[in-house]
Amino acid sequence: MTATIDTTSAPGHPGPTRATSPTSPSATSPAPARSSDVPPFPTGTQRLTFAKALTLGLRRALADDDRVLLMGEDIGRLGGVFRVTDGLQAEFGDDRVVDTPLAESGIVGTAIGLAMRGYRPVLEIQFDGFIFPAYDQITTQLAKMHYRSKGRLSLPVVIRVPYGGGIGAVEHHSESPEVLFAHTAGLRVVTPSSPAEAYALIQQAIASPDPVLFFEPKGRYWEKGEVDLDAATAVPHGAATTGMDCARVVRTGTDVTLVAYGPTVATALKAADAAAAEGTSIEVVDLRTLSPLDTATVAESVRRTGRCVVVHEAPVTYGSGAEVAARITEECFYHLEAPVLRVGGFHIPYPVAKIEHDYLPSLDRVLDAVDRALAF
Amino acid sequence: MTEPGLPTAPWSPAVTPGGPAAAPTPTSGGGAAAHSTPDAPAPGVLPAVEGGPLGEDGLVQLLTPPGERVSHPEYDAYVAHLTDDDLVDMYRDMVLTRRFDTEATALQRQGELALFAQALGQEAAQVGSGRALRAQDHVFPSYREHGVALVRGVDLTEVLRLFRGVDHGGWDPVAHGFHLYTLVIGSHALHATGYAMGVQRDGLVGTGDDERDTAVVAYFGDGATSQGDVNEALVFASVNRAPVVLFCQNNQWAISEPTTRQASAPIAARAPGYGIPAVRVDGNDVLASYAVTAQALERARTGGGPTFVEAFTYRMGAHTTSDDPSRYRSAEQEQYWRDRDPIDRLRAYLTARGVLSDELVAKVQAEADAFGEHVRTAVRGMGHPAPASMFEHVYATPHAGVEADRAWFEQYESSFLDTREGSHR
Repeated sequence: MTATIDTTSAPGHPGPTRATSPTSPSATSPAPARSSDVPPFPTGTQRLTFAKALTLGLRRALADDDRVLLMGEDIGRLGGVFRVTDGLQAEFGDDRVVDTPLAESGIVGTAIGLAMRGYRPVLEIQFDGFIFPAYDQITTQLAKMHYRSKGRLSLPVVIRVPYGGGIGAVEHHSESPEVLFAHTAGLRVVTPSSPAEAYALIQQAIASPDPVLFFEPKGRYWEKGEVDLDAATAVPHGAATTGMDCARVVRTGTDVTLVAYGPTVATALKAADAAAAEGTSIEVVDLRTLSPLDTATVAESVRRTGRCVVVHEAPVTYGSGAEVAARITEECFYHLEAPVLRVGGFHIPYPVAKIEHDYLPSLDRVLDAVDRALAF
Repeated sequence: MTEPGLPTAPWSPAVTPGGPAAAPTPTSGGGAAAHSTPDAPAPGVLPAVEGGPLGEDGLVQLLTPPGERVSHPEYDAYVAHLTDDDLVDMYRDMVLTRRFDTEATALQRQGELALFAQALGQEAAQVGSGRALRAQDHVFPSYREHGVALVRGVDLTEVLRLFRGVDHGGWDPVAHGFHLYTLVIGSHALHATGYAMGVQRDGLVGTGDDERDTAVVAYFGDGATSQGDVNEALVFASVNRAPVVLFCQNNQWAISEPTTRQASAPIAARAPGYGIPAVRVDGNDVLASYAVTAQALERARTGGGPTFVEAFTYRMGAHTTSDDPSRYRSAEQEQYWRDRDPIDRLRAYLTARGVLSDELVAKVQAEADAFGEHVRTAVRGMGHPAPASMFEHVYATPHAGVEADRAWFEQYESSFLDTREGSHR
């Protein structure tokens, strides 16, 4: 007899060491749907939550390309702790929507092997703070394999990471580690800011031949927006404003450029509304991609406004705001009326939930920075 | 004797991987259980071993150190089809691998290579296991699997591109079914397992077609078994029943740390705890290394899932050319293992059988010398990479950050009056 394990009698989900979702989980996991229960793919323009837009983007990618696989912890029957993969295992089977062992390095490492074999794994890291066991595989293997092999091996792996705070979570569930990956050559790093962006960008990320870190602002999962479900989105590195490599001006203005991405785009737009009431015209740029960084779109805006404020949740120390500030200073020096200012996290570990809103870049702190920029 | 099988290039494997020497199918049951006999312990149940992780009891052995063929109730079947010519070819591969080691070490001493890691002493584990592979199989090596590379048809001079500093890899991993060397210890055990999961999804396990059924092998050392990635690979391989062989060459040394710093019990004894059958084999016995690997590969190909092989061997050389083993191990220990040299063992066996004549030994040695000459010439002719080549292949699609850096660098380079390659260094 061999000593192989009978997987059908495997023990249940180990221990309480992983915090449960701060969202309202279902009382019971839904039973896997029969194929006849699978609803038809919705069409047209619909008002959807950010999470649902991601679900539909993933669903479309799975349907379009049978080499696409989803892998992660609790993404199957449960549909993920944020329900982003809800219903996908029932529709596509447990070989394509795979509940993995609780081992992030293992998830990324085996995905690398699957990608070498021609698959396109889309991984879910359950929370930002759980990505670090996989950091070695991501930075030393995933990021470098194309380079090491002189282009003979491509690894089209997407790593979805719910990130950011504001949801009242326990430690390790609210972090913003995006610049660690933007700092690593060989990776692309993108982050959508709205349901429509989420739907398009996830499909573009999956279609990219490069590894992509896909940061999802978990605090925005339940915000709704219009999504054109029929939009052609599968050109990953396409034209400005629609391709994955491009920043986008989401509100035009003349006095100050507010640069944001992911969860802070909504904050920036609110700030623009508030400032407009006081006669200040703010232009908002959604970076969308941190690697590559679309400096040209930001610089074009700052040459018109002369002022730039960057807003992100991650600590400002060595952060993406510092990178934007350096580039804008180099490219727009004679257009600047004020130094580039940054609004973001302090140089501390992410604080406890009861005071996290004093840590996060709030509307008031953004407006304060806008005022300081205008005061120069 | 070996002439019909000898390829024209002296540094090519004697027989194409997947050729007649590979792929025995001594059993018809297909499943792993078919390999068990009443006389042998069931796979996954290791006999008790005295001496902890360095114990030599219970190793699968078909050739004793003096070169005497001994019978094994379970594994004889896996070598029964091997001809004398096949064994001479293995001898040749081992001699060529060692010559490669000698030559590359000399080249490092001459300043032609930045570093080199010898396979010295591990030729039997590598050539024996490598020759059990088929063409469609895929290997994920660590960084001293030169013997496996040779058997997979890699021109070993390509390996030295890495050690000379002109490439991070060198060869085409797809063409040879032999992945690039992985320098971060143990990472590739997961890649191999994931690749095997892909083979499963491709439907290339358990078809019964020898040309299609595919297995994957990860080579790593005793030190790597302490890494989380190797342990995670065991978990993923087990629960997915992946067609992967986890081949540990326990060469007893992780640079200066003995296996006793990695384990207090035989390393292979861990695998059954993951639900993975394990076997400990005398890694200086090329026949036994072939046999246990052939069994493990058959289990993988037929859908029986992963196997953990511990090939117990000895790193006769230094960890790399930068290492000094005299600081941490005894001359007596080195002599003990020199007396168990894997090449001497096979040579003694073949000589006693009357298969390996002095003439044939000389012929192989001449081939090895020509190979050494080839290595020397190729390394010295590798040239200097163009500086701007550093910007190539960072991404599969253009990346604005890389392109901006490249444009700046090229402008900077062109600003020098004399732009001949390397002129400003």
